[in-house]
Amino acid sequence: MQLFAALHKDLLLSWRTRAQASAVFAFGAAALLLLSFAAGPDAEALRHNAGGFLWVALLFASVLSLSASFQVEYEQRAMEGLLLLPASPRALYYGKAIANWLQLTVLGAMLVPVMVVLFDAGTWRVFPLLGVIALGAAGISAPGTLYAAMAAQLRAQQVLLPLLLLPLLVPVLLACVKATSLLVMGDPMNQLGSWMLLLVAFNAIFWPLGGLLFGVVAEE
Amino acid sequence: MSQSTSSPAAKGDRSRLVAGILIALSLVLLSIGSYIGLFVAPPEFYMGDVQRIMYIHVPTAWNGMLALTFAMVMAVAFLVTRNWKYDTLLEAGIEVGVVFSFLLCVQGSLWAKPTWGVWWDWDPRLTTVAVMLFAFLGVLALRHFVEDPVRRAAWSAVATIVSFADVPIVYFSVRWWNSLHQLQTSPKMMDKAMARPLHINALAVMALAAAFIILRAKLAETRLRDQLAPPLPEANPSPIALAGAPEPATGGKA
Repeated sequence: MQLFAALHKDLLLSWRTRAQASAVFAFGAAALLLLSFAAGPDAEALRHNAGGFLWVALLFASVLSLSASFQVEYEQRAMEGLLLLPASPRALYYGKAIANWLQLTVLGAMLVPVMVVLFDAGTWRVFPLLGVIALGAAGISAPGTLYAAMAAQLRAQQVLLPLLLLPLLVPVLLACVKATSLLVMGDPMNQLGSWMLLLVAFNAIFWPLGGLLFGVVAEE
Repeated sequence: MSQSTSSPAAKGDRSRLVAGILIALSLVLLSIGSYIGLFVAPPEFYMGDVQRIMYIHVPTAWNGMLALTFAMVMAVAFLVTRNWKYDTLLEAGIEVGVVFSFLLCVQGSLWAKPTWGVWWDWDPRLTTVAVMLFAFLGVLALRHFVEDPVRRAAWSAVATIVSFADVPIVYFSVRWWNSLHQLQTSPKMMDKAMARPLHINALAVMALAAAFIILRAKLAETRLRDQLAPPLPEANPSPIALAGAPEPATGGKA
């Protein structure tokens, strides 16, 4: 119940700050555009690297989105009030993490048409692609929410959150880029499943770990 | 900063003595091991003399991993017991681990250029070490930016555990992604003449790492003591001065 209350609060918060979410989307789209300049105008190369561009753009955009999600809590010291409630910090963490996960999934899904248009990298396997995005967003959200809670309380948050988070997300990035490329370019060896499995394993480790450690982060 | 309330200066002298003995031991072992490795052991069949970097590369790798594992254990120990001793050891372990990981990347590049023809290769172990280097550099940066010692200790313990949990996943993901490294070297596959200097050097580097950790933890303890109980005009610090510190500086377990 506490979890649902927290999730409701966080989703409401995301909805009411939707101007921010659309700015993050605009940033992601701009990043996709800029990344294509790094590869040159060769259409085949662009199509080949489309998955990588999508995930790098999403990763950078997610850092903005994650840090904003905790900034609002600390701006008016709302977090202190939340911690005074007879609610477990675990519920607060999972509420926030699930809200971030949903937000990042929507962001990723919205960036896909941009990728299709810019790089001619379309696929009709829409549901597997959405599955990859959902699993990847979950992998970003679990450790991202934990670290954003720390970074939001620090002066150096703009540099600290990406510095802590991005090396950690190397497996997520690898798996998502591979899986997306396989969907776009075709999957003759049927490797998609093993990359999805890697994402599932990453999530299976970091979702429980985040809940376990969040209490330490929030209460200190 | 642990159990005894006896003079910290005496304890500092003792750990300095232990570290000094370890460093001396390490230098002796390192010169013996390296002498055997460089002049006595046979050159490797395919790589020739280039392979001799192994006698320092592999000990660095083993002990770097050991230092980071040690830091992870200290992180858990701190969160469970809230004893400041573990926080200082955590800081020392991560710093030594980061330095060793960096050396590992440099040595690996030096070896890879004549052997593979490139400085860098996206091999699972090499890439994992590089990712770990950045992940734990992030933990050190976190320690640098958090001023409150209580928060710093708890948060860096959290970040250490999270980063450490990532290591096996990074390794497997990169291994699936791309691989061309030679087989893992284990002393069992090696000739005795090659294994002996490797073992001697591994011990030597371990002694060196232990000495660094002891000295670095001592330094961290001195700083922490200063932060938790700043020198006040009076002998008994007021409760206000200790606000934010869960225990007095001389205390043991919380």
